[in-house]
Parts: sequence; C-alpha cells; structure tokens
Amino acid sequence: MTIPQARQLGRPLMNLVKFKGTPILQQLRLEERLLRNSSDNWCIINDGTNIPAIVMGLSGKPSELLEIRSVLRDQIPVVRRFTGGGTVIVDHGTIFVTLICNREAVPTVQPYPRSIMQWSSLLYNEVFQGIGDFKLRENDYVFGNHKFGGNAQSITKDRWIHHTSFLWEYEARNMAYLKLPTRAPEYRLVRNHMDFLCGMKDYLPRSAFISKTVEAIENHFLTKPVIMDIDAVTSGTDYVHTTKLLSEQELEEAYARELSGEIPVSNLMI
Amino acid sequence: MASRLWASRAASYLRISTTFNRSFSTVLKDLKYADSHEWVKVEGSSATVGITDHAQDHLGDVVYVELPEVGAAVTQGGSFGAVESVKATSDINSPVSGKVVEVNEVLSDSPGLVNGSPYENGWIIKVELSNADELKSLMDADKYSKFCEEEDAKH
Repeated sequence: MTIPQARQLGRPLMNLVKFKGTPILQQLRLEERLLRNSSDNWCIINDGTNIPAIVMGLSGKPSELLEIRSVLRDQIPVVRRFTGGGTVIVDHGTIFVTLICNREAVPTVQPYPRSIMQWSSLLYNEVFQGIGDFKLRENDYVFGNHKFGGNAQSITKDRWIHHTSFLWEYEARNMAYLKLPTRAPEYRLVRNHMDFLCGMKDYLPRSAFISKTVEAIENHFLTKPVIMDIDAVTSGTDYVHTTKLLSEQELEEAYARELSGEIPVSNLMI
Repeated sequence: MASRLWASRAASYLRISTTFNRSFSTVLKDLKYADSHEWVKVEGSSATVGITDHAQDHLGDVVYVELPEVGAAVTQGGSFGAVESVKATSDINSPVSGKVVEVNEVLSDSPGLVNGSPYENGWIIKVELSNADELKSLMDADKYSKFCEEEDAKH
C-alpha cells in the first residue's frame, strides 16, 4: 500500500518489529537510533530479554537505587537508558512494548509527558478490556493497586517515544538487587517490591497479551511488519548513544563513595 | 473571549502571572521565544537561554537537567540538553546559534528552579551569538502568548 492510500484510510503508517529474547541494551540502542534518526513511526515488541539486567533512567544513580555489592558479586549488567523514569530489573519474564511516533501522527497528543501517558492508557484500556481492574495510576499500569507495567519516555522537537516494561512474571530474588526508591508514586505507600508488584500471567496468556496489543495498535495505525537484523542496525559506530552499559569500575567507584558515607546506606526492604 | 484575551495581553505587558487561569502562562516582554518553548534574552552579542513558564507547567516537576559542556556549539533549533520530569526526558532546543560560554551549574543540585523561576534563576545556558540575524525568526511576547493559547486550544 502506498502512503497516500494509507492516509486515505485515516491511520498513519507504523512499522511493527517483533523480537524474542533480544538483549535489553541492544533494544534500547535501537530505539534511541530510531527516535533520533528515523522519520517513521515504529512499534517494537520484545518478548522477554535473554539475561537479567538492571535498567536505570537517565538520571539514575547506582548508589541510591541499587544494592551495588550484590550486583557486583553476581555480575548483573546495569544499563543507563536514554529515557527518564525509574529502575527496573528485567529478564525473560518481561515483555517490552515501545511506540515511537511523529508528533503529527497523533495530533491530539501534546508532546509532554502527561499527555502521552494519558493517550497510552487509552490504548492499553483496549488491550485489557474486561481483564482485571486495569488503569493508569500516576505513571504506572496497574491491576487494582498492584503495578505490572512501568513507563518511560523521551521527547524531541517533532517525535516522542513511550516504552513500557510489562511484568509477565518475575523472580522475587532479583528484586533484592534494587533498593526501595526515594522517589516513589504516592499509591505505593511504603510497600516493598513483593507487595507492590504483580505479574500479568495471572490475568491472560502471554501470546494473548501480545496479539491484543497489536490489535489495539492497529486501531490507531496501519501496521507494516518489518523483519530487522538488529545486529546490523546497531553495530555501526556512526551514532553516539546516550544509553550505556555501566562498567565494573563505575559501579565500584559508586560503591566506594557509598561506603565512605557520601551517599546514604541501604534502605532495602524485603 | 475578547476580555480574556485583553486581560492576558495586559498581564503579559505588565509581567504579571495570570494565576487566576492556569491556561495563561507568564510571558515576559523583553524576551524572544522559539516555537519549541525556549526563551532567549539578548544583551549585545551574548544570550541567556531557558525554557518558558508554559513549558515548565506542561512538563511537570523537573528532577534533573542535562547540561552541555562549556565550549559546545549550539545551532538554532538543535537540541543541546534535556530536562527530566515525570518519566520523560525532554530535549531543550537552542533558539540561537553560537558557543556555550556558561551553564547554570546550580541546576545540578536544584533542578526545580526551572519550575519555580523559569526566567530568572532557572536559566540554563549563556551563549556567545554567531548570527544575530537569527533573532528575527523568533517570536516576540505577544506572538508567543497567542501561539501558546492556540496550541492549548487544539488539545
């Protein structure tokens, strides 16, 4: 279908890329490139990531957010991503859904965080119609008052990205790598990770979530499946990424500062 | 409608924040404005840049400001840094071209100044201008006020 034909249908074109088990660092670097260097709309779905990894937002500080000694001991990769927001630990039980849009593709949405977040909740309302007590609560997707989806965004002059990590299921022991964040949503109260989070697996099959998400996106966009060699796309040195894998040295230096009393010690609650 | 428009124009001329109706953000008379909601104050060949009251209000509480290096080049319309608010990083785009001569280091410890004092203590960079003619393409206070009203009315 040509672009003029698609526009006649009233829906903008969106490239749809599906991965399974792609490393989260590679996924984020791809997303950053597509946001900055592409003029197309994109939906990326990564069904699980290959190994557990910690992902912090742009301003995340390891000493405030992580149990660094355990992270170093167990050699858990720590990624600082280009979008805002909080810290998550992701693994094979996490499903990632990303939307990268031209501002003009969704003209009713202002390029500001709350407007984009609100629009996204309408999309996911369609996905979770009749399933659980789904809502957007502050900036999280919840069933009732249990969080199962965390969101983050990056907004440029003419484009924006909204990406979500959905907890299909999670390993309780992995949560031990994360401190209780000092900046937390009000509805969290003082709940620890186990009391605050829930997994989607109690609500719908994994494949159903992905197919319903694609259906909801197709209500707003004309999707075009794209097969992508992510290694080829992300291997070039032409683009300097903001998304970075923290080195062991950086983590050790952060831990040393914490031990010297520069940073408050653990406030871990499990 | 006409009296609201008059009130907002009078308020912006007098540099009053029209807090009775949050849809009318503060706009200062002696600044120039970009359509991406940054302001610039020009003094000779130097310029100070920040984000507008309209922008900070729509962004929410700023928790982090990514500043450029002193000496970095900026181009009109190009991004030079970012603010983080809610769950988002948002580009800050330069209204002018030139070289960064100073950054507001205070924002590293007090990013909330961008919200509380967007035109004064929340300034972000100072630039040595390379092309003063570019200022002609920016909006004055009246035009920018109208631009904000039209943008908000569309959504």
